[in-house]
Amino acid sequence: MENIQSYITASCAIKNGKVFKNEKIIFENIEDTLSSFFVSIYKNFEMQYPKFYKMDMLSKLGWLAAEILLKNNFDTQKYKADEVAIILANTNASIDTDTKYFETIKDIASPALFVYTLPNIVIGEISIKHNFKGENAFFISEKFDPIFLKNYVQNLIINNNLQACICGWVELVKEDYNATLFLIEKEQNNIKFTAENLNKIYAL
Amino acid sequence: MSNKVFIAGLGAISAIGNNVAECLAALQNEQSGIGKMQYLQSVHKDKIPVAEVKLSNNELAKIAGLSGTKSRTALLSLIAAKEALNHAAIENFNSLRAGFISANSVGGMDKTENFFTEFLQNNTKGKLRNIINHECGSVTELVADKLGIKNYISTISTACSSSANAIFYAARLIKNNVLDVVVAGGADALTKFTLNGFNTLMILDNKPCQPFDENRRGLNLGEGAGYIVLVSEKVAATLKNNPNIILSGYCNANDAYHQTASSPDGNGSYLAMSGALKKSGLLPQDIDYINLHGTGTNNNDIAEGTAIKRLFEPSFPKMSSTKAYTGHTLGACGGLEAVFSILALQHQIIYPTLRLQTPMKDLPFVPETIFAKNVKVKNVLSNSFGFGGNCSSLIFSKI
Amino acid sequence: MTDLKLQIIAQLNLQDLKPEDIGDDQSLFVDGLGLDSIDALELIVLLQQQYKIKLANADEGPAVFKTVRTMAEYITAHQATNS
Repeated sequence: MENIQSYITASCAIKNGKVFKNEKIIFENIEDTLSSFFVSIYKNFEMQYPKFYKMDMLSKLGWLAAEILLKNNFDTQKYKADEVAIILANTNASIDTDTKYFETIKDIASPALFVYTLPNIVIGEISIKHNFKGENAFFISEKFDPIFLKNYVQNLIINNNLQACICGWVELVKEDYNATLFLIEKEQNNIKFTAENLNKIYAL
Repeated sequence: MSNKVFIAGLGAISAIGNNVAECLAALQNEQSGIGKMQYLQSVHKDKIPVAEVKLSNNELAKIAGLSGTKSRTALLSLIAAKEALNHAAIENFNSLRAGFISANSVGGMDKTENFFTEFLQNNTKGKLRNIINHECGSVTELVADKLGIKNYISTISTACSSSANAIFYAARLIKNNVLDVVVAGGADALTKFTLNGFNTLMILDNKPCQPFDENRRGLNLGEGAGYIVLVSEKVAATLKNNPNIILSGYCNANDAYHQTASSPDGNGSYLAMSGALKKSGLLPQDIDYINLHGTGTNNNDIAEGTAIKRLFEPSFPKMSSTKAYTGHTLGACGGLEAVFSILALQHQIIYPTLRLQTPMKDLPFVPETIFAKNVKVKNVLSNSFGFGGNCSSLIFSKI
Repeated sequence: MTDLKLQIIAQLNLQDLKPEDIGDDQSLFVDGLGLDSIDALELIVLLQQQYKIKLANADEGPAVFKTVRTMAEYITAHQATNS
């Protein structure tokens, strides 16, 4: 059973004003604010999802990365809803929105901000868009940990009837951000799902 | 891979007791822990009842053997995790591969919010010491350090299902022969942050909550911690207290419906419960008791109830929501309710849903309303559902 | 009502919409604008912040927030009683 090999069938990173798809830069832009940079990505790739504007910054980042990750690489009919898992991690949970929400408590606390004061809401947003109902978890760790990620996701695919997994790192605090997502499937391609390959793509 | 994972120890602290024995006594005596706010400082003090642990930070620190300046979440976590580990009484603990998998949703927010209040008035004020444990992961590390666990430490943050997820993650690590023993569960302290947040969502009850009642008004927030010690079959065989309860099934699924609300049919809950049954190899009729997520909000209870109806009709197991005792302890509830589920198996008891008066019209079953002993309880299903659509079910079985 | 529409757009981050895109009698929830329960709570915040009107009971929400017109009428009625 341990021999089931899985593959990184797609990757997407959003960092330093650039968007990478499968390790190549596909969009680059300089904007005054991070918020307008995210909107420029949304518009550049002609996404049509008004709820995007309502998301907090962490969810916008993770959601955009997932959209680009799956674009042209993913047949939504291929798997059942509960066969697709999402496993994400970062260091600072939802602290960016936590502090923004906390500012509103002094006046009138904002329900729309409060709902984003949990890091796993970004998983919820991706799941809602694509109707993914498989296992999902958000881990807090000091730094990107490819060995952990590989072991956790590989185990899901071997033992839990899951066919595909979106996994990776989604971190955002103020103007610092980094989303690096991977699509893991059993379908063969030339990038094996190994900690080394995860790290190589993360370090781009 | 078919190795069983045994439960070797329990630890709990909540509004109904500072340890497992006190919690069990309160459950038996039908004593709710919900009442007027005594420790949290909030403008809502007189309006919103909560389920607080009945000790100040200094009193908690004394029990925990930590400094009182530490986050309340860390204090609660350490007290319950230590109790669980002591209860397991594993003699050769230091020679085993041990892990600590902990969940929380607010981290050290209680300290951070006090810091911010001062800091926002005058940014030279405020002690930085108070926020170094803000990040959820540092609460876990602080506690792991005090427990003497170094091999494997991990923090999960998936809202109200966090600690249920921590428990089955621990089981996987044991099944995959990565670890021999894991302390798993979660902790959360009450904070102004969550109180105000749930208040803006208009889902707080201004009276003690009534889960699964037709006239339910919302939830009461609570605080606490619950941990269980999971061990491999090999370690279990060496223990004097002869563990005979296993984590037989678990499943997590996403509701994929809304950031905070459950889908009307409870799709995520249905997938989690049916997945856990499948994993355990049990049939719906094998379940003797369901510890409901049962928050008392209009939305949760009908979604969870509908999912149970779909899965169990026509014969329903006994069920109850212990949140009528402890309030909704958020990141801790999966751990705390795992402890209560295991106690139900050990003592062959079933808890009532306090204050349930009028059964829900749209559901064909009524949760238990009186405490029952000498009941046959062999398999217990425990539900924990969280914001972000994260739904988890655990099954504990007596063998 | 254009002012109110602008406030709704700002409060709910409906970036792609302009006031003229929202009909006075268009349903705001479900099939109309497709707003959800969190948006409803944000509209309660809007009433409180902009008009100092506190919706006493969340159950009133669906009737008050049915359309921009019902919202405007509610505001007018409650501002009148306040002054």
